Order: sequence, then C-alpha cells, then structure tokens
Amino acid sequence: MIRIDSVTKRYPDGTVAVDRLSLEIPDRSITVLVGPSGCGKTTTLRMINRMVEPTEGTILLDGEDIQGQPVTTLRRSMGYVIQNAGLFQHRTIVDNIATVPRMLGWGKQRARERAAELMERVGLDTALAKRYPYQLSGGQQQRVGVARALAADPPVLLMDEPFSAVDPVVRKGLQDELLRLQDELGKTIVFVTHDIDEAIKLGTMVAVLREGGRLAQYAPPAELLSAPADGFVEDFLGADRGIRRLSFFASAELDLTTDAVVPADATAERIAAVKAPHLLVTDPDGRPLGWAERTGLTAGDIATDRLLPFGRPFVPGTDSLRVALDCAVLSPTGWAVAVDGGGRVTGVVSQQTIGEAIRAAHTESRADKAGAGVAE
Amino acid sequence: MNGFFDIPSDLQHSWAGLIGLHLRESLLPVAAGLLLALPLAQLCVRFRWLYPPVLGLTTVLYAVPSLAFFVVLIDYTGQTELTVMIPLAVYSLVVLIPAIVDGVRSVPQETLAAATAMGFGPVRRYLQVQLPIAAPAIMAGLRVATVSSISLVSVGALIGNQGALGNLLAAAQKYDRPELAVNAVVTMAVLAILCDALLVLLRVLLTPWMPRGAHRRAAAPREQLTPEGVTR
Ligand SMILES: Nc1ncnc2c1ncn2[C@@H]1O[C@H](COP(=O)(O)OP(=O)(O)OP(=O)(O)O)[C@@H](O)[C@H]1O
Ligand SMILES: [Mg+2]
Repeated sequence: MIRIDSVTKRYPDGTVAVDRLSLEIPDRSITVLVGPSGCGKTTTLRMINRMVEPTEGTILLDGEDIQGQPVTTLRRSMGYVIQNAGLFQHRTIVDNIATVPRMLGWGKQRARERAAELMERVGLDTALAKRYPYQLSGGQQQRVGVARALAADPPVLLMDEPFSAVDPVVRKGLQDELLRLQDELGKTIVFVTHDIDEAIKLGTMVAVLREGGRLAQYAPPAELLSAPADGFVEDFLGADRGIRRLSFFASAELDLTTDAVVPADATAERIAAVKAPHLLVTDPDGRPLGWAERTGLTAGDIATDRLLPFGRPFVPGTDSLRVALDCAVLSPTGWAVAVDGGGRVTGVVSQQTIGEAIRAAHTESRADKAGAGVAE
Repeated sequence: MNGFFDIPSDLQHSWAGLIGLHLRESLLPVAAGLLLALPLAQLCVRFRWLYPPVLGLTTVLYAVPSLAFFVVLIDYTGQTELTVMIPLAVYSLVVLIPAIVDGVRSVPQETLAAATAMGFGPVRRYLQVQLPIAAPAIMAGLRVATVSSISLVSVGALIGNQGALGNLLAAAQKYDRPELAVNAVVTMAVLAILCDALLVLLRVLLTPWMPRGAHRRAAAPREQLTPEGVTR
C-alpha cells in the first residue's frame, strides 16, 4: 500500500502545489487523482517516485518511507506512463519497451522476448517491433508507453493523463484495454486525469483535488456521485451526475413483462389479451422485429414491414440501469426491450417501471449508508 | 614542367601531400572544438545563466582576426601547424556550442520525464537520451564548422608555409603561375563538398529514427557562413 501522509509541496517560487494531502492508496486497484488544471495532480504523482521531493510530510510504500531507498531502485519498481507516451524517438519500439529490463541487467535476448510478449499483452502487432515511434499512431504510441512501463513487471504503475492526447474513440479503447489488463495483472495503479468521466470509469477509488492542492473528497465513484462532499465536487461532477450514477445500479431486478411480446403469427386471442397500447413483435426465434399499435392489428399475419423500430435493446444483468433507461428514452414507444445474450427477447419494461426501480435503488443505497453509519 | 599539379619545391609537399596537410589542419581543430563544445554546452544547458555569456565570448573570439591570434601564439607555439589550428578550433565553437545546446534543448519534456522516471541517472540520461536525440542538430553544426574550417586554413600561409593548399595562393603570386591559385581554390572547394557529403552520410546512418523528409529540414545549417568568415 502507498500511504501519503499529510504531504505538502511548496515550489521554490512559493507556489503551494499540494497542501497537507493524506491518501491511502490500496493495493491491486486503480486509484484516480482528478481535479482541474494546476491542482497538483502531477506533483502528487511525481512525489510517489521522488521526481519531486515533498516539502513536508512522508510517503510510505508498504510501510517504509520512500526516502529510505535509493531513488533509482524506487523508480525502477514503478512504471510511469505519461501523456504523448514520452517514447525514446531514437529507439525502436522493441528497444523502447526493453529499456528498464536492460537497465536491470537482463540479457538482450530475454529483454526482447519480454518486449514482444508485452506488445501482445497491450494489443500491439509484433510486426511493429522494429519500427521507430514516428511510424506509429498516437494510440499505438500510448500502448507502447504502457508496455514499456510494465516491462520489468513493477508492482506499481503511475499514469499521468496517459490517454488525454488521443481522440475519444481511441481513448475509450485504451481505457477498456487498461481495465482488461488490470484484471489480469492486478497492479497498484495511480492514475491522474482531469476528465471526471474517465475517473469514474476507471477508478476503484477517486480522489478529487481542488485548486491549491487540497483534497476535496476521496471515495469510490458511486459514493462520489451519490454524496458529493461539497459544492465544488458537485460542480466538478457536472449537471448529470444523477443519470451517471445509474451506471452503478444493476438492471437485473427490473420487473419485465412478457404480456406485450407476441410472435408475428400470433392468434387473435393472444393479441386481444394485450393490455398495453403497443406490442413488441418477434420473429419465430424470439428476436425483436419492432413495435406495432394494438388497435387495428390483424391476427395471424402482422405486417412486419410497417412496424416501428424497437431501438437498442439492453441485457439485464450485464447492462446498468443507465443503459436500460437510455433504451427506454430512445424507444419510440417509451418501452425498453430486454434481450438475453443471444438477442432473444426476455421481456419489455416501461419508463415508469424503470423510474420506480431507480427510486427503489436510491432508497436502498441510502438505507445501506445509514446502516453502515450506525455499524461504525 | 609547369603543369597544373606541379607544386614549387619550396612548399615541401606534393599536391596530394598538401591535401593531406590541409585536411589535418582543418579537421583536427573541428574535432578538438567538438570535444571542447560538448562539456561547455552541457554546462550551458544545466546552468541557463551561463549560456548568454558563453555565447557572447565565442562570438567575440570569432571576431578576433586570425592574424591577431598568430601574433600572440607564435611566441608559444612558433611557426607550426598548431599555431594555425588553435584559432580554428576556437572559431568552430561559435557554431558548435549553439548547435549542441539547441539540440539538447529540443529533447521533449515528456521524453526527459520518462527517462528520469525509469531510473536514468543524469549521466546515463545525457549519453543515452539527450545526446542521441541532439545528433541531427550537432551534425548540422559540424557541417558548417567543417566547411568553414577548410576555407580558413589558408591563412596559415601568413606564418610561413602553414597554409597547406593556401600556400599555393602565395606561390601563384611569387612565381606568377595563376593556375596554382585556381588549383588551390578548386581543390579546397572539392574537399569541402566531399567532407560535407560524408557528414550527411554519417548523419543518415546515425539517425535511422528520423522521419523521412525531416532529415532535410533538421540538417539545414543553422548558421550560414558569413562573408567575413570566407574572406578571413
Ligand atoms: N517546477 C515548478 N515550479 C514552480 N511551480 C510549479 C512547478 N511545477 C508545477 N508548479 C505549479 O504547481 C501547481 C500544480 O502543478 P501540477 O503540474 O501538479 O498540476 P496538475 O494538476 O498536474 O495540472 P494539469 O492538469 O494542468 O497537468 C501549478 O500551479 C503549477 O503552476
Ligand atoms: Mg499534470
């Protein structure tokens, strides 16, 4: 565990970049430092590998003061990834990745094998090994940066806005890749970003810093969204934090109804039994075809070419309440379509039902918190 | 008898011998200048305040005519090659120091931060990261210094027969053989072009990591030869 203990950093010109910051960074999880520009995120990160020395306070790594060990040993036990990757432009990709293993005295062959293995790990074609950084796209360079940081298998990974210089699509890919990688590797990651969405997506714990390098709140993302500590955090989270919070509620327990789901060759009685104003018509395999108005339907042969589009379905249990709500909002009938992993309809659910589920979930999480408060 | 390549015997060298002498007298000072410029430039990068005075000093030294250097040096080093080469080495600094400083400063902050974070000490970082990335700029400086040095060697003729090919200019006048002057000028031009081409080749070999096309841009000489430099 990394423990930051009332650390202050005052630069020689008098700027207080970090002000009495205390954080406990848990092992094998992603801890995100987030906040507006100039709030001391980079400074904090760089104090962990001693690229910046604190003015006051101590930082403990597994209980030992990091001041106590040689600085190069400390740094080689921590991978470091930065914006624009900071690759060595004069070295090939494979040599870039092999940098730290080579410094640790590995043989050339072994270091290169390790580099090739890491290229696959981070989703890079090994055919790129002999290229130079200028021959790679920004996203590929960033992957090389991650591979290079992982090369000597350090227990800690420090990442400073690693994905902020690439376009949103590539960024999302890199974020998903990082989460996948973290599932496999279980590193202790400290991740700096100024993008709150990225913080909420990646963080197990999120530390929100404010100007002047003071900690505003340190909490898991769901708690940040449900109970921002103050106006600053609330503003920083943005106007739609209520909607975003739904990402943390499961859609598995939504009350689905199958009444309004009918096959294209449904009988007159079956259609008459539907009380809702719209029916979801399915093909013989149970896959959704579209919505039909109940009034004026002919039994036996529903005209499947005149159906309303059913929009995007959600998968209960996999998707969150946020996705379910989004499907309902986008649906022309206001009802969301639930499917199983194979795309077969398992039921439909109205906006109103989703709304009730949201209220129930909120009540439940509030009760949980009250309970926890008592237990403490 | 009095052919293009017949060198008067008082020069004590054949044509080929003069070329060898000329190359030695012009290239050794550039090499010495480089050895001197590397640590000086590193100091200028490390201590920013040092750069303007160092730059000013090299410019002042560059403005001192070689004759003035000779007058001072001749008491110590006599009428030797060394007396010619010392001012040349000093002149090369005016090009080499800014070239190295610019090159080292052009290394991106991210690259430096990444190197430090990976546990590079200052020396290793300088040798393995900053210097290689500065190589194109340094090579550009070397090209200018080399070509300029090749033309400047001729002034050695002023202190006896130490001007190598430049001695031919004096001989042309003395023996009224203008073809010797033509020989001297053409040979020096060809030497300059050949040395320059070799340096370009060396740079291409040293920097396979540069984007194609960027070679040309980065290699463009930062300091043009001044008319003063050529006529000196
Ligand atoms: N070397 C330095 N000397 C003086 N002040 C500095 C130095 N480095 C950073 N600062 C100041 O310290 C404060 C925090 O800087 P820091 O780089 O840690 O911010 P940040 O949160 O990483 O910002 P950004 O999101 O823009 O990267 C800023 O006000 C900055 O101007
Ligand atoms: Mg920063």
